[in-house]
Amino acid sequence: MVYEENTTDAVEMRHIISIILENEAGALSRVAGLFSARAYNIESLTVAPTDDPSLSRMTLVTSGTDEVVEQVCKQLNKLIDVVKLVNLTDDVHVERELILIKVQAENEQRDEVKRIVDIFHGQVIDMTDTTYIIEVTGDSEKIDAVLKALEHMTMLEVERSGQLGMCRGDKGMV
Amino acid sequence: MELTGAEIIIECLKAEDIDYVFGYPGGAVLHIYDAFYQQEEVQHILVRHEQGATHAADGYARSTGKPGVVLVTSGPGATNAVTGIATAYMDSIPMIVITGQVPSHLIGNDAFQEVDSVGITRPIVKHNFLIEDVKDIAMVFKKAFYVATTGRPGPVVIDIPKDITAEKTEFSYPSEINMRSYNPVVEVHTGQIKRAVDMMIGAERPMIYTGGGVILGNGSEQLRQMTRKLGFPITSTLMGLGAYPASDKQFVGMLGMHGTYEANMGMHHCDVLIAIGARFDDRVTGNLEKFCPGAKIIHVDVDPASISKNVKVDVPIVGEVVQVLEEFLAAIDKTKKTPNTAALKKWWNQIDEWRSQDCLKYDRDSEIIKPQFVLEKMFEITKGEAFVTSDVGQHQMFAAQYYGFDEPRRWINSGGLGTMGFGLPAAMGVQLAHPDDLVMCVTGEASIQMCIQELATCRQYDLPLKIINLNNRYMGMVRQWQEFFYEKRYAMSYMNALPDFVKLAESYGHVGIKVEKPADVVPALKEALSQKDRLVFLDFITDQEENVYPMIPAGAGLNEMILV
Repeated sequence: MVYEENTTDAVEMRHIISIILENEAGALSRVAGLFSARAYNIESLTVAPTDDPSLSRMTLVTSGTDEVVEQVCKQLNKLIDVVKLVNLTDDVHVERELILIKVQAENEQRDEVKRIVDIFHGQVIDMTDTTYIIEVTGDSEKIDAVLKALEHMTMLEVERSGQLGMCRGDKGMV
Repeated sequence: MELTGAEIIIECLKAEDIDYVFGYPGGAVLHIYDAFYQQEEVQHILVRHEQGATHAADGYARSTGKPGVVLVTSGPGATNAVTGIATAYMDSIPMIVITGQVPSHLIGNDAFQEVDSVGITRPIVKHNFLIEDVKDIAMVFKKAFYVATTGRPGPVVIDIPKDITAEKTEFSYPSEINMRSYNPVVEVHTGQIKRAVDMMIGAERPMIYTGGGVILGNGSEQLRQMTRKLGFPITSTLMGLGAYPASDKQFVGMLGMHGTYEANMGMHHCDVLIAIGARFDDRVTGNLEKFCPGAKIIHVDVDPASISKNVKVDVPIVGEVVQVLEEFLAAIDKTKKTPNTAALKKWWNQIDEWRSQDCLKYDRDSEIIKPQFVLEKMFEITKGEAFVTSDVGQHQMFAAQYYGFDEPRRWINSGGLGTMGFGLPAAMGVQLAHPDDLVMCVTGEASIQMCIQELATCRQYDLPLKIINLNNRYMGMVRQWQEFFYEKRYAMSYMNALPDFVKLAESYGHVGIKVEKPADVVPALKEALSQKDRLVFLDFITDQEENVYPMIPAGAGLNEMILV
């Protein structure tokens, strides 16, 4: 009663946001903390240093209404460690994600897994007598499709890297 | 010459022209206290609880515009400061909080009095730092003051492990600072200024709505010029009171949950809303779906994230308030458009009709002391010139409604976080910054007990505050909500086992006066003011079940107030 009821029913969209931030202790937790404190969604988040070791690049996938995502971007920009932010969704861009799957592969399964991997232009990067580790790269739809194709097999481990993204064209981000 | 980390901290504070630090010693900051002991330029004020230190620094900052500085030890020292840091953060107050930390090699070991101060304070600071090298101290302090005081101000925490305060290095304070990731200076968009001014001049039912940002940005003078030039009605949030003089006829009073009828009705019916340094807080807007239904909205704010956060605006303008207002003034002078005087006259007639409701009337002939009466008399006797701090609750709203502020930085209260316990320590900071001025703390018997220990600090430093305790034996605002919305089930809101405040004040070495009859209110206030060098604690026994009106209940629009 002290506060308003929530009455929004606007459409939520997926957004991919690329962030250059200071490569400092705590920078990642500032970003992650902002999302939990303000109840924003994070679908995936990847971060690593860039060619300039004093900077990190983070790619973040979130979903929300246009208003919420605008707030997300403004609040991220407010963080002192954030040097630059681009909502890639606003532009023509490429996205890539990598998946590693350890899948059971015995007898005739070995050929079938290999065939699926070939179809998705993936690779087998490790093997035992009974398993393969396969690697596939692509946008998230392709990665989802690989998982679907292997659904009937026994997957022992699945690990996705989360999205990376970059704008097309001749301009750099920094 | 090489200095220790502790000495460097003092030198940094001197370089930033800091005269007071509010703090409390402990193991992790002993080197820093030792460095304090050996100099006299920066005075350390010893509080009785770290929460008091943060509120005192906050009051100092709000009343001067300079950053407040706090020094506390690790662990409980830091956690006790958290409420005060959050209070400052919510109201965008520049503050530097230095927290001691356990020695570097023990961090992460669950050492004695260890807490992850940077982690705990992260969501309630503008930025924070953990110093890892004695060589970084000077640069971190430079950055901290720069970040805290520029753009939208806010608190910055600097966490320093004990070993680093003992290590030595050469000291030089950076004269300039450039941070690639923080650039608070923004160019004001001239096209937007023109659009906004065209919209203002064309308005038939305009309303200017200003907030704490005008005070923080020192834009009061320009706001006055612009408002007078335009002849528009102006309202203010709780945080913005004083930016425009309350005694001026264009001022229609505070808006929002306990705002005046004329301010809220004016907001609801306006066709152009000019929001300046205000953030469309939920206490101000009421039900967002019913907010200013027919208005085009212009919003000026230094923080882009405040714009279109709650209410979609038509003309967003990001910039420093002074700069934007000066550009408004220039554009108003230049424009060839003329205001619609006939429409404005009609609008003012409407506002005057709302005003004639006299929404702040109350029973002035009551046999028991009405809280409103105390505030009204306090205003008359002090001619509205006192610095007034408050705690949180009914007394805070009464003070905002009945004490008219004509100048900025005179009204000091916790608006965003709503921190009970704020008023007394904040008043200490105000009094230290303004030793010759009258500083009054309007409080209630519940709030005052949350930081009552600071009465000792007031004694130690001879701070002659005047405490106005509106004692209704209830947590007044909680009781009011229980009366309205919980069928008078007063769960836990009765203040049992109250101390004798007169004796309490006396035991701390102050003067206490109990006031029980309306006829004694004025003499008691005069007596308190005559005791210029003493802290006087006035305990007013007020009407137990008085309510704050007008009131906008949850879910209602600004035009749906409950009146007396």
